[in-house]
Amino acid sequence: MKKGQSTLMPRRTLGERIGNDFKKNHSFYVMLIPLVLYYLIFHYYPMYGAQIAFKNFSIGKGIENSPWVGLKHFESFFDSIYFSRLLVNTLAINVFDILLGFPLPILLAILLNEVRSSGYKRTIQTVTYLPHFISTVVLCSLVREFTARTGLINNMITSLGGEPIIFLQKNEWYRTVFIGSGIWQQCGWNSIIYMAALSAIDVEQYEAAHIDGANRLQEMWYITLPSLLPTIMIMLIMRCGRILNVGAEKTLLLYNPSTYKTADVIASYVYRKGIEDGNYSFSTAVGLFNSVINFIMLLSVNKVSNKLTGSGLF
Amino acid sequence: MRSIESSGERVFSVINVLLLGVFGFVCAYPVYYIILGSLSDPMAMMKHTGFLWKPYGFNLAAYRTVFENRMIPLGYLNTLWYMAAGLAVNMLFTTLGAYALSKRTMALRNPIMLLVSFTMFFSGGMIPSYLLVLRLGMVDHWTAMVFPSAINSFNLIIMRTSFQQLPEELFESVRIDGGNEWQIFFRIALPLSPAVLAVIVLYYAVYHWNSWMPAMMYMRTRSHYPLQLVLREILINNDLNSMGTGISDAADKEFVAVTLKYATIIVATLPIMCVYPFLQKYFMKGVMIGALKG
Repeated sequence: MKKGQSTLMPRRTLGERIGNDFKKNHSFYVMLIPLVLYYLIFHYYPMYGAQIAFKNFSIGKGIENSPWVGLKHFESFFDSIYFSRLLVNTLAINVFDILLGFPLPILLAILLNEVRSSGYKRTIQTVTYLPHFISTVVLCSLVREFTARTGLINNMITSLGGEPIIFLQKNEWYRTVFIGSGIWQQCGWNSIIYMAALSAIDVEQYEAAHIDGANRLQEMWYITLPSLLPTIMIMLIMRCGRILNVGAEKTLLLYNPSTYKTADVIASYVYRKGIEDGNYSFSTAVGLFNSVINFIMLLSVNKVSNKLTGSGLF
Repeated sequence: MRSIESSGERVFSVINVLLLGVFGFVCAYPVYYIILGSLSDPMAMMKHTGFLWKPYGFNLAAYRTVFENRMIPLGYLNTLWYMAAGLAVNMLFTTLGAYALSKRTMALRNPIMLLVSFTMFFSGGMIPSYLLVLRLGMVDHWTAMVFPSAINSFNLIIMRTSFQQLPEELFESVRIDGGNEWQIFFRIALPLSPAVLAVIVLYYAVYHWNSWMPAMMYMRTRSHYPLQLVLREILINNDLNSMGTGISDAADKEFVAVTLKYATIIVATLPIMCVYPFLQKYFMKGVMIGALKG
């Protein structure tokens, strides 16, 4: 079949065009069957199932036959003390994480880029990526051991003459531990993407700047940082799209009833209410609220970024 | 490049190297500390303060206890099984889908891509997914560890990007020789993408190795627990009964517990720590291919 053929032929109906496409590409459509089934069953069916947020779901009646109750579950969530607590905790952890955990990998990449010895650079890279491969369960147990009364951190505090702090029992310390351990684990790994962007910068730019008398700080500020900006913006949009996501996994492993006040986040609450207590409709409503806010955030940050910097996700 | 450095720049270089060294130390020391702790005498470990540079005494009792525990080898075996079954499904679904989606001639390519991308930003949530798995009767069955995570959209996009970069002329010549699309896929497209395949296998393997939340939600029988769930019992819930330490005194239990926990961590983490430095370049490659898409 020649390439320009379709444009020379008279307009065909949509049905004919789809039929022809299937005929020509049928092997590809067969290859797509597992993928399409997977997404429909395991992603889109749960979206359909999320309607139980507006129903009184019971397993016996199933999704379709459970009675509609309108916004009852949303109202009871918004009226409970948990609404503001969970919202504040989830937002606080994310905002502090964006403020600290987001710029650090950029800084790390820029600093690594300035290292002359390639052996030293590679060693630091290997070592800083290492924590990424520690599983969440092991990471959280490390955090628990190190912050315990006789753990590594308190040993250092007491050897410096301070009083031991049982960090994970204290509401005021929980977020620091949570965010700090996250940075420890992901900072190196998250810098890879910026390292990749840095390696794409043309060396001639630096040479030209050097001839013009720029020092290294000026080069970093006027060449390195602007070259990284598109990558930074995309990563920032993606990060802000998760502003109401705090991993349930880490929270479930680190918190305890005495720190619920600052530790409990939307995801862990959904887990407790839904999986442990069996309040399926109510917890689905809480989860849906979370998903919708996240999605709105992503769209708005993307729009702002498109306006300001001309680069965005879509 | 630049032969002459001002003194200011030299100071910057020194500070930079030191700063990175400190950060590298902070990343590596906890892992080193765990290794030392696991080899130490539990009594001495209780009393030590500050940093640890070499084991306190030398005692392999903790490792002996870990290897005597039946749950750990069982967890290992379960994890390996979920990983093998999971990887088979992951790779089949992901590579086939990615290859088909890399074909620009297909009319439904963009709608299906949209279907995939949308799920990266919106989901029905934890509970509807959980209810679905209940309804499919997958609870307490290995399929619950495999099918709900059959495709990772990020990995799919990496794979598709890589297939798109293969020259179409190559496929055309096989078609002229009478080869069908399946032969092209298995004999040409896959063998031409070893690096990306390695990246994707590694990403999925790490996911299966570290995953515990689906197991916690769906696995009811203890003998079906993957390693990470066994670790959670021992490390987080302090459930040392499964360790069969035979120690009744609470204080004794506490100091054995620390070295025992460290030994458990090492046994469960060492395989990935040993393999990772050799595979580092593949992991990095994955991030970079993923970034190209944006």
